[in-house]
Amino acid sequence: MVKKISICILTFVICSVFFMNAEENKVKAFSDQVIQQGATGDDVIELQARLQFLGFYNGDIDGVFGWGTYWALRNFQYEFGMEIDGMAGQSTKQKLEKASEFDKNYVHQQIQQGKDFTHYGGVDKQKQTEPSQNKTGQSESDKASPKNNKQGQQEADQQQQQNQKNQGQPTATEEDLEPTAVNVPQGFSQNDIQIMANAVYGEARGEPFEGQVAVASVILNRVESSTFPNTVSGVIFEPRAFTAVADGQIWLTPNESAKRAVLDAINGWDPTGEALYYFNPDTATSSWIWSRPQIKRIGKHIFCM
Amino acid sequence: MYRWTLITILSIAIIGVSVWGYQEHQEKNAILIQAENNYQRSFHGLTYNLDLLHDKIGSTLAMNSRKQLSPQLAEIWRLTSMAHNDVGQLPLTLIPFNKTEEFLSEIGDFSYRTAIRDLDKEPLSEDELATLESLYEMSGNIESELRKVQNMALEENLRWMDVQLALVNNDEQADNTIIDGFKTVEKTVEGYSEGKLNTSLMGTSSKKDGFTSLGKEKITEEEAKRKMRKLLQIDENTELTVASTGKGANIPLFSGSFKEENKTGYIDVTQQGGHPITLMINRETSESKISLHEAMKKAKKYLKDIDYTTDLAMVESNQYDHVGVFQFVPQIEDVWIYPDAIQIKVALDNGEILGFVAKDYLENNHKREITTPEITEKEARESVNSNLKIEEHHLAITENDLGEELLTYVFLGTLNQDTYKIFIDASNGDEVRVDKLKQAEIKY
Repeated sequence: MVKKISICILTFVICSVFFMNAEENKVKAFSDQVIQQGATGDDVIELQARLQFLGFYNGDIDGVFGWGTYWALRNFQYEFGMEIDGMAGQSTKQKLEKASEFDKNYVHQQIQQGKDFTHYGGVDKQKQTEPSQNKTGQSESDKASPKNNKQGQQEADQQQQQNQKNQGQPTATEEDLEPTAVNVPQGFSQNDIQIMANAVYGEARGEPFEGQVAVASVILNRVESSTFPNTVSGVIFEPRAFTAVADGQIWLTPNESAKRAVLDAINGWDPTGEALYYFNPDTATSSWIWSRPQIKRIGKHIFCM
Repeated sequence: MYRWTLITILSIAIIGVSVWGYQEHQEKNAILIQAENNYQRSFHGLTYNLDLLHDKIGSTLAMNSRKQLSPQLAEIWRLTSMAHNDVGQLPLTLIPFNKTEEFLSEIGDFSYRTAIRDLDKEPLSEDELATLESLYEMSGNIESELRKVQNMALEENLRWMDVQLALVNNDEQADNTIIDGFKTVEKTVEGYSEGKLNTSLMGTSSKKDGFTSLGKEKITEEEAKRKMRKLLQIDENTELTVASTGKGANIPLFSGSFKEENKTGYIDVTQQGGHPITLMINRETSESKISLHEAMKKAKKYLKDIDYTTDLAMVESNQYDHVGVFQFVPQIEDVWIYPDAIQIKVALDNGEILGFVAKDYLENNHKREITTPEITEKEARESVNSNLKIEEHHLAITENDLGEELLTYVFLGTLNQDTYKIFIDASNGDEVRVDKLKQAEIKY
């Protein structure tokens, strides 16, 4: 009799554990936002994974809503007879959730381990990821869960099992993940932005923000101009062009503000009025630079044509 | 005994220091020579390339067969770009040499445009031949001037490091043969480009006079200040510094800036008509609370509130950390007006507008006669590469290479994993431009 009761309790506990696990995976689906092109973050990861599950999306699941995701979403909307707007609103997200599965643990684990992986429906997950280099990754957590169940049977201690489970899967996915890719302005890479941020920081770190954007704009205006080299690095490293390059201050580590300034300048903000030169009137020695038609003064620098 | 120890120690110290000093000196010299050699290489490369350029232009003039002409012009284009590259590696930034650089890139543009043209159908015109002849003469002059400088530099062992030092220390007293030589080259070019060159053929004078729709009325500084405060959303308690632009500006502006504890702002307003042209607000944004979509709606509403009442179509939307950056173009009926772009930046923590740029809009906006397309969308579709899968299309006004506005069909299509934007001329089906649209870049 005691044996029977204990078996009943055990089965109940095991069932409830499984149930709760299933619940857990379902509850936190998309947030309420309408996801549109250019967005980054957790919701985009889920969107891409779900679209890939259905075979619409063939790119990397990287958390950045780029053109690939956009076309995939539109195709999905077309196939499911919805309004085709390329945005994931409430109804689109509901349709997606119904039609597809999203193995959040799997996806987040892969992203955290930095692996190449896919998330197609109906294909064995093991085949969709590259083998782990160190054995601590997926294989261990796979081993961990059945063991946990056994332990649960023996001890019938739900609390402990939860704890163990969390230990077995350190990637317990509740917190948001960083996307593995970033948006960059057309025609520029993260490294180009970094070099420019270095130059801006070296040249204008004491200046107000608009002064930093202005210096970045001058670099870009020079790239456009026919009298200067045609690349960002060519302009920056032109001999005698920037004092920060000549005295090595360009190799200081730039702060966030310099990077933001560069991004703004690349995105079209130009407070200088298309200036090609600037100088500090207190230290400028060349008389030629004074003869250039001046546009305006921002911070310590005078900007001119 | 004590004295001797002291003497020994001191002499060892002296020997040590002199050895160390000598090594430092050697090292410094090695680095100087290396830097000098880099300059020498660029300088001699420049003279060589200009030499070659002169010869090539000459043989183009003597050439008769068109089959040869195109490659020859392409070769000239390549040489100008090489020479331009060499100039960029010499420490010439602080001496006036920009006319020569302009001249080089003009030769490049001219030869490129003629090289890619079908010379069988459209041979070189009389004017173009005349241009080529004057280019020949001019490049010859530059060549001989540079050869002179080169000769002197070789004869007298002149060093470019001295040029650099002279430029750093102030060019007033600098009596440097190389600098003087380059100044002479510059003067020669200046004389030419003012007189003999037919600029319309060189394609550089096509700079349009923009900003036609600003209105005549000038606003006062007080009015500008009021406007700025409203746009920057600051009250009278915050100090607003306002200045007007100097004579180098292409349009007169009032610029205002303010500084608060954790926020700074900057704004440019045109003196004519008082239109805001640039707005920047800088502050930390640490988290995203609203979606990019929400931010886009806010941006649209903001633009409507400050008088951009036409329909706006979104060309680009991007999230960078915790800000959203959007690009809009006006949409008149079904036609997107690409030249009149407006950029706007929204904070994703509270939806505040952190900046916008209306420069392109103010510069290019004018009353346009939008014609109806002469070919149908279907006909235009046939001009697109058949490997592309076309997903979307719209009509648009865009600029071609020469800066002329055209009515085009814009097709968005995919080829494998990449997305392309193709502009097809709506009057004759010519492919105007193909842009590859950037994908996100992985984090390294």
